[in-house]
Amino acid sequence: MADERLVLDETSVPDFPRGVKFRFNKAKEQWVILAPERLLEPDDIAVEVLKLCDGTATISTISDSLAEKFQAPVDTILSDVTEMLQDLADKGFLVA
Amino acid sequence: MTQSPDAPLALLAEITHRCPLQCPYCSNPLELERASNELDTASWKRVITEAAEMGMHQVHFSGGEPTVRKDLEDLIEHATEVGLYTNLITSGVLIDKARLRKFAELGLEHVQVSFQDTEAENADRIGGFAGGHEKKIAIAKKVRDVGLALTINAVVHRQNIEHVKDFIDMSVDLDAERLEVAQVQYYGWALKNRAAFIPTYEQLTDTTKIVDEARIRLKGILAIDYVVPDYYAKRPKTCMGGWGRRFMNVNPAGKALPCHAAESIPGLEFDSVRDNSLSWIWENSSAFQQYRGTAWMPEPCQSCDRKELDWGGCRCQAFALTGDAGNIDPACEMSPVHEETFGLAMKEASTEAPEFIYRRIGSDEEADAPVFADEPAE
Repeated sequence: MADERLVLDETSVPDFPRGVKFRFNKAKEQWVILAPERLLEPDDIAVEVLKLCDGTATISTISDSLAEKFQAPVDTILSDVTEMLQDLADKGFLVA
Repeated sequence: MTQSPDAPLALLAEITHRCPLQCPYCSNPLELERASNELDTASWKRVITEAAEMGMHQVHFSGGEPTVRKDLEDLIEHATEVGLYTNLITSGVLIDKARLRKFAELGLEHVQVSFQDTEAENADRIGGFAGGHEKKIAIAKKVRDVGLALTINAVVHRQNIEHVKDFIDMSVDLDAERLEVAQVQYYGWALKNRAAFIPTYEQLTDTTKIVDEARIRLKGILAIDYVVPDYYAKRPKTCMGGWGRRFMNVNPAGKALPCHAAESIPGLEFDSVRDNSLSWIWENSSAFQQYRGTAWMPEPCQSCDRKELDWGGCRCQAFALTGDAGNIDPACEMSPVHEETFGLAMKEASTEAPEFIYRRIGSDEEADAPVFADEPAE
């Protein structure tokens, strides 16, 4: 995984590590995170965030896009997005 | 059946029961399937396609030792093509780096390597395979070299439980993402050997402390899954996420099972993927319907507010310990035999461990025959 715990901030560039796939299941019409013998079913909001985690965008950029798309205050979005992604990173579903 | 169940999440493909190891806690049934009775490549591919079409997310190639099969490459490639996430559950002793690399190129995502101990001599004694531990360490490193995710599976019991801390250190050293500290679960071979494996309550609580501490210390570095023997639990485990709710297990011969130990329950009739599609079996097979949902439950399960949390625990354990798979899982403190079971385990744990009965293919008369009696390894 990593030598030490990853702490995300707005400059971090989130991405999926080896063995972790964010994928659309056609038969179930559902976005899922697949990891070693694990499955996460992200809610609709998380799916919107994860779609933007392409390994090039910073958390700041991702939050800006979402703030614009959903007409929401960027500070709130930034804090929610960072918290959500940090939780995923702690569980090993995300790197940066 | 009142309504169709949701599609399962994953397919457990037990592609063979052949294995060079002889672990006395093996989760395979006592009656092992022979090589001559294994499903062929085309049949497994069809099953994998059907799993994807049903909406399953993952396939776990397991066994026995799945790398015994020379068509594993074909199966991994096919599973990837149809969109499944592929896991390999292996002892690691039969593969080399070239084959691992090939697996990775064909789409394998994750390898779980099982370990019997952190000390080579004891590990090889438990697995009944000389030199096994050293090979496992080497292959775990190679899993990393070829860029695959790695889980270390540590099967823990009274004869290695003092090494849980070492297992954690070893997993970090091997750069694993994940460690499963899996206490032996007592069905089949493990039940035969229970007195040799069951830890004392003190050993268990010490281990839990070590794991809890490591989980905090290694947050974001190593994920630790911890399975306790539910003999010492107050409530049963949510076995398989509920009978016929989350998983399908297909055995080497093509029998579709609600869990890998389901054949230990007499009277269940299992349908084969040779005769029916996976989705037909999931919806119609009597074995899957028998303990699905809550309608089958006796009291006090029926009135329990946890009935849709633990789904009544484990049917195989209920059968093994009470003789009726429809009874309350004795791991639950509401079971009339819970105290007795707990007491028996405590007694076994505090007396000298007996010799192992090693896992072998074939009847007792053939117990000394080579493990690969059906087919040579390579």
